[in-house]
Amino acid sequence: MTGKFGHQRFLIQSALRRIFASPLGGILNILVIGIALSLPAGVYTLLKNAQTLAEQLPGKPEISLYLTTKSNDQTIESIRTRLAQHPEIAGSLFISRDDALKKMQQDSSLGDVIEALDRNPLPDAFVVTPRVDSAAVLKKLRDELAQWDGIALAQLDSDWAYKLEALIALGRMLALILGTLLSLALIAVTFNTIRLQILTQREEIEVARLIGATNAFIRQPFLFFGAIQGLLGGIATLLILAAGIRLSNVPLADVALLYASDFRLQALGWGDSLSLLLFSLYLGWLGAWLSVSRHLSRIRPQ
Amino acid sequence: MIRFNQVSKRYPGGYEALKNVSFNIAEGEMVFLTGHSGAGKSTLLKLIAAIEHPNSGSVLVNNQNVSVLKEAALPYLRRNLGLVFQDHKLLFDRSVFDNVLLPLQICGFDPRESSKRVRAALDKVGLLKREKLNPIALSGGEQQRLCIARAIVNRPAILLADEPTGNLDADYSREIMEIFRSFHQVGATLLISTHDQSVLEDEGVRRITLKSGALV
Ligand SMILES: Nc1ncnc2c1ncn2[C@@H]1O[C@H](COP(=O)(O)OP(=O)(O)O)[C@@H](O)[C@H]1O
Ligand SMILES: [Mg+2]
Repeated sequence: MTGKFGHQRFLIQSALRRIFASPLGGILNILVIGIALSLPAGVYTLLKNAQTLAEQLPGKPEISLYLTTKSNDQTIESIRTRLAQHPEIAGSLFISRDDALKKMQQDSSLGDVIEALDRNPLPDAFVVTPRVDSAAVLKKLRDELAQWDGIALAQLDSDWAYKLEALIALGRMLALILGTLLSLALIAVTFNTIRLQILTQREEIEVARLIGATNAFIRQPFLFFGAIQGLLGGIATLLILAAGIRLSNVPLADVALLYASDFRLQALGWGDSLSLLLFSLYLGWLGAWLSVSRHLSRIRPQ
Repeated sequence: MIRFNQVSKRYPGGYEALKNVSFNIAEGEMVFLTGHSGAGKSTLLKLIAAIEHPNSGSVLVNNQNVSVLKEAALPYLRRNLGLVFQDHKLLFDRSVFDNVLLPLQICGFDPRESSKRVRAALDKVGLLKREKLNPIALSGGEQQRLCIARAIVNRPAILLADEPTGNLDADYSREIMEIFRSFHQVGATLLISTHDQSVLEDEGVRRITLKSGALV
């Protein structure tokens, strides 16, 4: 076992030595990877923050239940109890047709028109606050309530929920597209650096072959090179994101103040950061693997 | 240990470097391979290490036909061979020590055990004090000895040396032949190509002589 670990440490050290053989070149490569990954990772970070912001927003989705005109105190009472017992409903508010009319007269410019009516056209209503907020579940709840006795119409006031979900879905798609494209870029960068590495280490590869190295042995240092370069690129991404968040939070604080909010952008959590590092490590390894598979077989000892 | 059966080798371009060569080298034998420049000595050694392949005939190493070995089996053949190259093939991106370490790394040796072996091999060729240097700082004779240390560190059963005393003066040649002789004494099979007269004066060593690709 010590043999294995000893050799791995050797591989890591020599990979680092080769990455920074020309310090500027090594840093630039890592920076390219870091910038490429920080675009999708940045969109993802914003998305996460949008979700947190949405959860803090006042105003939950509501379902308005309009009762049939035939409703009497008994139907109203029975609906009130059923609503109170429903597990997906957080609360409900009864608005009688008279109250509704009064409120309308006060609030709207329709006051005169309403005055002119000879009878109240408005139904009794409940405003229901659901416990859930996903659009699909809300719709199901709305449909269920609409079936109840004494209810003429159930209306889901879910505009914002739909809009938010659509926006977040759009953001996800954007992150996915950017992520895919820039992952390919990362693989390409590694592919090319490894190609150059193989060329500069042509002699070493030939000699190693002549004294009995397997292909796996010859591949190893290049795979370590790619993986470690990818990992360092991932670390650069995290640093770029952290800097971006710090910079954005300065003007954001002023904006938030206008809304009496203390909202600030949050960095990615530990889990997401770790995933990002593993992902960039894997992409580097993959780029190296592709490059080595393509270029190594062309080097034959003479 | 090494057997050639009617081996011919033609290089692309049509030049016939070996013509119908047959011989046998027993285990533990030490043999000189001689002949003028261009006679086919390097070609013959390359066929044993499967660096080149014959156009006809068969090359057997340890009763294994190496000319039909699969690519994936080649590394394991070469680990049983110690190769001393005419052009050394040293790596100048690492120390003397690390050059000798490479064959052991390839075989997956324990690093501590490896260090001992590397130092033993360097001691044998008289380079122990220079282990930290880059091989570029060594003289021609020292580079040749380093190449030998790398070839023997693995304790291979067979040692193939291509003109190991090529451009060296007589004193250096003698030193190097002494190293080979001591390796022979512990039971290794050696095939050493040379056209160095001072070396060939050594009586009692079997010779295989090539002339324009054919045995004489
Ligand atoms: N890769 C090659 N391609 C074509 N001809 C070669 C090649 N290697 C060697 N030869 C030719 O084969 C002949 C034998 O070469 P070699 O085995 O190197 O002889 P020696 O080692 O005895 O000097 C020479 O004439 C040489 O020009
Ligand atoms: Mg030669």
